[in-house]
Amino acid sequence: MDFSIISDNIGLYLNGLVITVELVVTALVLGLMIAVPLALMRTSRNPFIWGPVWLFIYVFRGTPLLVQLYVIYYGFGQFAAVRESFLWPYLKEAYVCALIAFALNTAAYTAEILRGAIEATFHGEVEAAKACGMSRSMMLRRIILPSAFRRALPAYSNEVIFMLHGSAIASVITILDITGVARLINSRFYSPYEAFIAAALFYMALTFLIVWGFKLWEKRWHAHLHPRQQ
Amino acid sequence: MFDLHGYGPSILEGSWLTVQLALASLAIAIVLGMVAALAKLSKSPIGRGIAGGYTTVVRGIPELVLMLLLFFGGQLVINYLAAEVIGYEEYIDIDPFTAGVATIGFIYGAYMAETFRGAILAVHSGQLEAGAAYGMNKWQVFHRILLPQMIRFALPGFGNNWLVLLKATALVSIIGLDDVLRKAALAAGATRLPFTFYLTVGVVYLVLTTVSIILLQWADRHYSAGVRRA
Repeated sequence: MDFSIISDNIGLYLNGLVITVELVVTALVLGLMIAVPLALMRTSRNPFIWGPVWLFIYVFRGTPLLVQLYVIYYGFGQFAAVRESFLWPYLKEAYVCALIAFALNTAAYTAEILRGAIEATFHGEVEAAKACGMSRSMMLRRIILPSAFRRALPAYSNEVIFMLHGSAIASVITILDITGVARLINSRFYSPYEAFIAAALFYMALTFLIVWGFKLWEKRWHAHLHPRQQ
Repeated sequence: MFDLHGYGPSILEGSWLTVQLALASLAIAIVLGMVAALAKLSKSPIGRGIAGGYTTVVRGIPELVLMLLLFFGGQLVINYLAAEVIGYEEYIDIDPFTAGVATIGFIYGAYMAETFRGAILAVHSGQLEAGAAYGMNKWQVFHRILLPQMIRFALPGFGNNWLVLLKATALVSIIGLDDVLRKAALAAGATRLPFTFYLTVGVVYLVLTTVSIILLQWADRHYSAGVRRA
């Protein structure tokens, strides 16, 4: 194996790293912003509110991310109305399409995680909040959401790692993320080992960084659950 | 909108290949996962080391990167080994189906290993000791006592892994296998109706996941017979 191919092209890999991180972080932030209202709607008792959200979550969790990406990137161009709309300059960009697909996908998974966490709220806490005379929005803000976020944290860390790994498919629609750069290097030098092992190392480093970061975060947010330090 | 312009049979053929691919990969993943889980819980430091390395490395890298590495790199390794070790000089061509099954099975074996490890630990150790006290050998204890009881604990994680595996099969279209997604891509190119065909693929996957969920629920009821629920 000849890793000088990698060290000669390390700039390309670092660019890929920036694209991957940018794509994943933006998708996660957007996804979380969509997921919180969806999770609240999903816990509603009105079928006209939870029904559509259930369908959205079911469809996005039941189909591969790659298919979702293809529908958005290749599919929308089928309609003249889309091609002529003011959105077309954005929708024909691979990067924007990847972002939309990733954000909606992670929103569906995150909403389901949050729903579980919201439904697991101890009923005594809700009763206490009501007894204190809190309105529904104040109860959500002060009681339900903070404790739901805490409970959701371990499952959410898995979702973040899945998003990082899922983002590799952006390379299929010409985006030069870490995997995209590895495929470029492989096709240019015909060196699959060097190219893909280097990419794998980047992803592993990112994965371990995420695991470590969430461990610290959990330590902080779950401090009340740990035995008291002497 | 669901006029498939005569490509229906082709899509159906692709769906069948996807199902075969997923089931064959699952079989490999179960075997690898079981071996790795038992190795992780064994007393042998070498077994634990190899199994630990396998599960950590594979779960730290995106499926697509591993797939590309094994697909482009695996061929070279196998030919090299065949020539050097056995002295077989003719070029061995691995067909994409075998490569896809081996790759997906190898990847999800690592996820299965973690699920199975947890399930084995959840079986009460007194049960295994009782088996040994009756004079059963290791294999008898495994298939008479450990296996029937661990299935119940393994099922939820197993079901999740299966659904992720099923959706990951869409990635083989990238390495040139004629699965449902690639068939749809060909049809989309010929008819210029990408939205219609990719949406069809989405529906196919939705049907497959829905059937899986129903079967898993049935299995859960079956293997939880006699268990008290809170």
